[in-house]
Amino acid sequence: MNTSLSKNSTVPKSKPAKFSIAKILLILGLLLGAVYAGFPILWMVASSFKSNTEIFAYPPRLITESFSFNAYSVVLTNPEKVRFFINSYLVSILVTLFTLIVGTLAGYSFSRYAFALKKPLNMIIIGVQAVPPITLLIPYFSLIITLKLYNTYAALVLTYMVFTLSYAIIMMTGYFNTLPKELDEAVMIDGGSRLMALWRVLIPISLPGIVGTGIYTFMLAWNEFLFALTLTKTIDMRTVPVGIQMLMGQHSYEWNEMMAMSVLGCLPVLVLYLFFQRYFMAGMTAGSVKG
Amino acid sequence: MVADKYIQASSKNRTLRKVAKRLVPFAYLAPTIVLLTVLSLVPIVMVFRYSLLNNVIMERNPVFVGLANYVELITDKVFQRAILNTMYFTVSSVVFHLILGLTFAMLLNTKLLSSTTRALFRVVYILPWVFTATIIAVLWRLMLNPNGVINYVLLWSGLVSEKVEFLSSKQIALHAVTFINIWAGYPFYMVSLLAGLQGIPNEYYEAGTIDGANRRQLFWYITLPQLRPIILSLAMLDFIWTMHQFTLIWMTTGGGPLRVTEMLSTLTYKLAFSSYEFSQASASAFIILALSMIVALFYVRHQRASDE
Repeated sequence: MNTSLSKNSTVPKSKPAKFSIAKILLILGLLLGAVYAGFPILWMVASSFKSNTEIFAYPPRLITESFSFNAYSVVLTNPEKVRFFINSYLVSILVTLFTLIVGTLAGYSFSRYAFALKKPLNMIIIGVQAVPPITLLIPYFSLIITLKLYNTYAALVLTYMVFTLSYAIIMMTGYFNTLPKELDEAVMIDGGSRLMALWRVLIPISLPGIVGTGIYTFMLAWNEFLFALTLTKTIDMRTVPVGIQMLMGQHSYEWNEMMAMSVLGCLPVLVLYLFFQRYFMAGMTAGSVKG
Repeated sequence: MVADKYIQASSKNRTLRKVAKRLVPFAYLAPTIVLLTVLSLVPIVMVFRYSLLNNVIMERNPVFVGLANYVELITDKVFQRAILNTMYFTVSSVVFHLILGLTFAMLLNTKLLSSTTRALFRVVYILPWVFTATIIAVLWRLMLNPNGVINYVLLWSGLVSEKVEFLSSKQIALHAVTFINIWAGYPFYMVSLLAGLQGIPNEYYEAGTIDGANRRQLFWYITLPQLRPIILSLAMLDFIWTMHQFTLIWMTTGGGPLRVTEMLSTLTYKLAFSSYEFSQASASAFIILALSMIVALFYVRHQRASDE
């Protein structure tokens, strides 16, 4: 199926040699790349198991004698820090849920109906992706205060949805477009409504697309920093990214705790990535690869 | 849903039925339209209005000052510096993202290794993309610390003779944050380009080989032209998103030292939320929007062209 060549794949004329020079160079290159990509992350994880005094030990060591889960237990027993995680999970799950519901309905409409204003509406949805968050932040600040939503979950869920929703609509429209219209028509001939066709037939078939969109939406929400920084105020409303920033601002750097918190902070997205690689990558490529 | 029921109820009235039927797609779109109007169209109008007034939000009765905020901003040395920094940061990031992304994609696409080995490397290569900008910032602050592991390796190998203050040196900080952003962003290209590479039919290469093309020629005359549409899309999206990058800068250098890493985004944020110059901040925010929209326009035209 996948039969393309690349720069480094020489086509051996005879039987493929087990250890050709090309292969050795290739593996060296791949290992070098893996160090570049992976070492910082390895270092982060290793540092989270060190004591704070050993973080900058000379010479540096990956694993030290004081290897312990101490930093994790400090983070996980601190109610203030646990709250950051609860907030992040809550906001991200709500954003994902609402985005999928609203986005699926909109995607269905774009895929199945021809209507006035379809083109300009579509342009606006694509255009929103290119609007700088910082541009929206200033009006949001006064808008959210006027709506009395400052320092609430609703402020974060609503503002995050502007970006996640436009993404989800583009994804879901594309996905529905690949499904034949005869599918929903069959349901309607049997006496079902359009909504029933959507619920009973299209949504189950589109589950891979929905999962992919959901994962990417969750990731966007989980990673958001600028709005969370500005639209919340009290420490009990802060999310993980803002929480990490607050740890940095303090005078004594508890590097091991910060690293433990970072490891915990990337865990949900990492788990989603490892278990749903195919969907995760589909979400990444959606914007750039056609078809 | 509501509209569907409505249609059944009013089956006697044909015109009403027609109108209702036209409204069905809008029923599905209603939540989207409300959200996007209130939280993107209205705010954009608001920010533009703010930018034409004297100090809004802080003043009770702001007055119209025309383009004064823009003039003041554009003639400001700090703002000019921020534009140059943003351009350097964005263009370097896009170029190196592409180079690294394409190199890694081609390494991963090779037939010389088993698919398991390649899958394993792919998992590692995508990792930087999985991490939040905040975490990436903290992580690299640890690595690039004067007492950190990178300085240790550089000293040990004799590449430098004394510790380098990567993030607090006036000469190096901008390159350092750009370097971090390059590390954080290449997987986005790699994944898309890998999909693109796998979509190039093998016959093209066979035909090229028969015509006597060497590997470099195959790359320049088959691989690159085939990937061109993807590369253009990626570069334009990345250009827009990198131009907006706030978190990474804010968490590593905060725009310092002495504003050598000040970007349009961080400057706008500081104008608004540190100096409470909301009008100037709005003008600056609107300039970023305008720059983004120019690139976005090219992007949409490009997508349209490849649709046809």
